Amino acid sequence: MSQTTFAGNLKDNLWTNNPVFVQILGICSTLAVTNSLINTGIMTIALVIVTGLSSWAISLIRELVPRKVRMITQVVIISFFVILVDIFLNAYLPDIRKNLAAYVGLIITNCIVMGRMEAFGQQNKPLISLWDGMTSGLGYAAVLLTLAFFRELLGFGTLFNIPILPIYDAATDTGWFIPWAIMVTPASAFFMLAGLIWIVKSIMNRQSKAVIAAQAGAAPTGSPATTTVPGGKK
Amino acid sequence: MTPQIDVITLLFSSIFTSNILLANFLGMCSFIAISKDIKSANGLGIAVIVVLTLTNALNWGVLQLLKMWGMEYLAFIVFIIVIAAVVQVLEMVIDRVSPALYMSLGIFLPLITVNCAIMGGALFMQIRSYDFIQSTAFGFGSGVGWWLAIVALSAIRGKIEKNPIPLGLQGPGITLIIIGFMAMAFTGFSGMLPVQ
Repeated sequence: MSQTTFAGNLKDNLWTNNPVFVQILGICSTLAVTNSLINTGIMTIALVIVTGLSSWAISLIRELVPRKVRMITQVVIISFFVILVDIFLNAYLPDIRKNLAAYVGLIITNCIVMGRMEAFGQQNKPLISLWDGMTSGLGYAAVLLTLAFFRELLGFGTLFNIPILPIYDAATDTGWFIPWAIMVTPASAFFMLAGLIWIVKSIMNRQSKAVIAAQAGAAPTGSPATTTVPGGKK
Repeated sequence: MTPQIDVITLLFSSIFTSNILLANFLGMCSFIAISKDIKSANGLGIAVIVVLTLTNALNWGVLQLLKMWGMEYLAFIVFIIVIAAVVQVLEMVIDRVSPALYMSLGIFLPLITVNCAIMGGALFMQIRSYDFIQSTAFGFGSGVGWWLAIVALSAIRGKIEKNPIPLGLQGPGITLIIIGFMAMAFTGFSGMLPVQ
């Protein structure tokens, strides 16, 4: 895997090894705010910053921390950056912070942050760790923003709180769009994420099949049982 | 939500209507990873109930201290340290008192430190400014809700194991769809309670 070059790392974290699609990590803290694009945007920006900086920090001190206490060290580092983000939001965007409520603090227990620190920051140089953390966060942001886009558009007919679809009003008989009540409920987030995973995995399977076929060259393609392995195994 | 809700209502609402997992999406990571068989799901669920009740009660006390000293901004870091410490102590106590229990429950304890549900319980308790009894009830209720959800999910997953599922949906995809249906079912409970 081309994890240690900057470009390779970017592609890896955004697509091939996307934290949400492939590893199903870290959906806890942010899925709840995906019914609004603004909230999701702020949360994912916070997550990108925290993941990057925490990975960078653990990488700086990786040779000084004994293995036994590394978990608690990681947790303390993450909490430090999350508190900074929280104070920043409180000072500059108090309204949004009120909407996000507990979810900012929950970045601490977001599995992606700790997962990247443990898997990457612990073994690599500071700069590439910073990059790795940020691209992982971006891979995650891409997925959640897609979810939020559809949930806000179909649930409220708005994007970034700006009305996009004219909502049907029986009194004046204007507009035609009836908001989908289900898009506001938590259940829709699960369904949409499942749908997204389905689409992405199917594309990945097709790609890996194409690769196998190209490698096999003129040789006849294998039985369906053997060609279905690569995507499903992930 | 007003701070003055009676404890029984709070208990029921945290188990059913505002289930910490299905309505607030907390504790998803271990939820999807561990729900493959019902035995470990049950073990993890019970561990979550115990830890969530204990840490919520303790964190409430710690929060009062922090408020007294005017250092509420440290709440995040203190909460997570309290959680890590409780888990560590609990692990040692169980190991000493009952090795049999340790064998069945002990392996799940380290996982719990990074379970969002535990941290989420503490943070909700802070934001909704519960008193001590409410915090403990909320912790216990959320734990039971989580346990209920994970046991139900693992039972369903066991049933559909052999069904033909489209390749791209296998694993996490189908699990998320099941969770979606469970979330809808639990939303149905909301008619039971006057609040929310």
